[in-house]
Amino acid sequence: MGAYPQFAFMETAIRFDNVTKIFSKVVANKDISFDVKKGEILALLGENGSGKTTLCNLLAGIYLPDAGTIYINDEVASIRSPQDAYRYHIGMVHQHFKLVDIFTAAENVVLGLNPKEFKFDIKAASNKIKEICDKYGFEVDPNKKVYNMSVSEKQTLEIVKVLYRGADILILDEPTAVLTPQESEKLFNVIRNMKADGKSIIIITHKLQEVLSVSDRVAILRKGHYIDTVETASATTQSLTDMMVGQKVDLNIERPKVEHDIPLLEIRDLSIKNDEGAKAIDNVSFYIRGGEILGIAGIAGCGQKELCEAIAGLRKIESGDINHLGKSIIGMKPKDIINEGIAMSFIPEDRLGMGLAPSLSITDNMMLKTYNDNAWYNPFVDRKRARNKANRLIKELEIATPSSETPVRRLSGGNVQKVLVGREISAGPNVIVTAYPVRGLDINSSYLIYNILNEQKKKGVGILFVGEDLDVLLGLCDKIMVLCHGKVMGVVHADKTTKEEIGLMMTGSLDLTEVKKNKDFGIAKDSFIEDKPQDIDSEVIIEKFKEEGVKEDE
Amino acid sequence: MSNFVSWWQSGILFGTVIMLGALGEILTQKAGHLNLGVPGLMFIGGFAGFASAYLYGNTANPNGFLLVMIPILVSIIASGIGGLIYSFLTVTLKANQNVTGLALTYIGVGIGSFGGQYITNLAGSGTYARAEAASAIFTKNIANAFNLTDSFSRMFLSYGFLVYLTIVIAVILHFVLKKSRVGLNLRAIGENPATADAAGINVTRYKYLATIAGAAICGLGGMFYIIVYCDGGWATTNSIEALGWLAVALVIFATWKPLNAIWGSYLFALLYWFYAYSSVINLKLTTSQSDLMQMLPYVVTILVLIFISLRKKKENQPPLSLGLNYFREDR
Repeated sequence: MGAYPQFAFMETAIRFDNVTKIFSKVVANKDISFDVKKGEILALLGENGSGKTTLCNLLAGIYLPDAGTIYINDEVASIRSPQDAYRYHIGMVHQHFKLVDIFTAAENVVLGLNPKEFKFDIKAASNKIKEICDKYGFEVDPNKKVYNMSVSEKQTLEIVKVLYRGADILILDEPTAVLTPQESEKLFNVIRNMKADGKSIIIITHKLQEVLSVSDRVAILRKGHYIDTVETASATTQSLTDMMVGQKVDLNIERPKVEHDIPLLEIRDLSIKNDEGAKAIDNVSFYIRGGEILGIAGIAGCGQKELCEAIAGLRKIESGDINHLGKSIIGMKPKDIINEGIAMSFIPEDRLGMGLAPSLSITDNMMLKTYNDNAWYNPFVDRKRARNKANRLIKELEIATPSSETPVRRLSGGNVQKVLVGREISAGPNVIVTAYPVRGLDINSSYLIYNILNEQKKKGVGILFVGEDLDVLLGLCDKIMVLCHGKVMGVVHADKTTKEEIGLMMTGSLDLTEVKKNKDFGIAKDSFIEDKPQDIDSEVIIEKFKEEGVKEDE
Repeated sequence: MSNFVSWWQSGILFGTVIMLGALGEILTQKAGHLNLGVPGLMFIGGFAGFASAYLYGNTANPNGFLLVMIPILVSIIASGIGGLIYSFLTVTLKANQNVTGLALTYIGVGIGSFGGQYITNLAGSGTYARAEAASAIFTKNIANAFNLTDSFSRMFLSYGFLVYLTIVIAVILHFVLKKSRVGLNLRAIGENPATADAAGINVTRYKYLATIAGAAICGLGGMFYIIVYCDGGWATTNSIEALGWLAVALVIFATWKPLNAIWGSYLFALLYWFYAYSSVINLKLTTSQSDLMQMLPYVVTILVLIFISLRKKKENQPPLSLGLNYFREDR
């Protein structure tokens, strides 16, 4: 490590020596060798399927290496199980939280500890949890049940759980994927506190901005191979991307200018209840014009899912109207809504839950929405047509799969998403509702999806883009609607707002609908809905805004 | 009044059988395994307990203590082996739990009937045999010993020790699940085995032990049915299966809580036997009506299911990964 003099003097916490892990046919890690120092934050960077998570799972005792050695504190370590990992003071916070929903925070923390003790002392545990929280600046209520927690609370709990077990080496797998910018910043402060305490932190992430802001060094993997470790201070977004992808990548998300068309989808005063019977969407109005991408920003679980489901006809609405080209689609069957030209692709957190049948092949999944076409004269399903479509998508979207007959379950997350988004678009819709289409995708795949969406936009399709990464929302969308607990906090132009402003709106600290009360938010001037407001004042105000150079449909 | 007391008594005895079945199944389901083999396990346990009691009881000079211990141990071991087969198939080989459970039910019924035939043939009649000596010891009780004939004693003190032991087992199970580390770990496995695994809990071992112990408790219920409830009599026409299914229904009724299983089992039993004692409330039933009445426990179970799904309280729901096998390297 002669190239990094300031790190040469630091003690080594972990050293990978030619570590290899192979899953039946896929080489997940090949001859990985690098080290992690004590008291440093190392970002592990790589595209999807580059083996970052696998490598960390080797440290956490979930998988065993097939070859090579891992050294912990300069001693050969054999980490055969999660228990072993804890013995080496390694703790991993997984991307999918490993928490028991019906347990309290404290119960989750003590789970699996001191197996020889018959009773567990929840009070002592609670006190120790509070101590840890005070030391690093967390907030956790030990008696709160996990199912009552927000995503960020759950994540905090995961970190506390690991620290409670005395971890000196922490691995965080995509910790900010579901956090708001403010929550991420809070997390980074905690991570910096842990670093100051001499702990080593490995952070897996796709977000280059975060890598640059929080890490000391960056280790880069590509397709299971180790590329290099660089000092963060000397790296840039572009240099990291190039190393990660192995070629020059254009990082700017394109936002083609397209003439806005008539409002395709109009939502008026919509209220929806969630599964628990609470209001998920509260009196929301907005519309999407042809040739525009409307982004929806919001903390996870503030009504996005329910909104998407309502548009697709999968969820009953409480009140309000959903209008497609002047025709109410309320009460229509999902199948009829598809035939109207509204396509929905929702990528849930587990990436498989909605839209695809995991055990069916890509071909069969292609047929899920069209198997019934031509049924009036042909009683058999048309697999040939579906297979052609599958093969075309595999080629166009570069889906990595052995064949079109491979069960979707066997594909990696990114490829599963390509199948879903590809199928929805191939149906030739005029409105696309897409939620988290790039969730967990690598850079190349993400840009591929952005391009697909932009292509559709240019064709005059109206797109509702529910996203989580604000950088992406700001780069891709024309307008962004911010939701907070099911209420609209305002609609902003992507090129006239900042990440901070959206962050404030997401947490409800800023409510533009209150600031600009006299505007009719979310009602198009040329609405198809008959009872458009006759309020002359609002028309006047809209005109006034127009003169000031603000678009009337802000 | 005396009619009510007999109804009560048969309710307690019958309830004990299904309580044991339900407690075993609760333990199994808390580990995330839906074992539909309860009727078969109870059949195996019942047969094994009966056969050992019959054979040992007919030796020259049976020892009273052994006459109690042998049927208990033999039934526990036999049904435990049934549980071991189930866990091997579902935990190690990851076979479908429903199919495995149902298969176990029919295997258990088959083994029990086949072996039972052997014993009844030994006894001479070919259709009936009785383990009198063991039954006499198992049904020894305070009311008889002190000749108490008042209603209270008959209702509460006229049962063999296993009736009370069953309640103790339920209470112990409650404390283990609720208060001990073992219970916490077990519940975590039933909810989310990947989480438990990552927390360093040996998921496979817990699943095996819970399933085998659960099966053993079910088997004990089968033994109780033959030796106590049927007065030690084995008839080729007996129907332990029906009780097995009642036990499975009771697990849901009790919302996976051992303490609820105590009163739930007695309630089930009283409802089940209501048709025979309907004169208690001056009700005369025709045969077809009494058939309908026997369905009462299941109707109540359905009502409970509706009720808990309406209340949507997370704590009353089945273990989250019930019926799902756990693959560690599944990505």
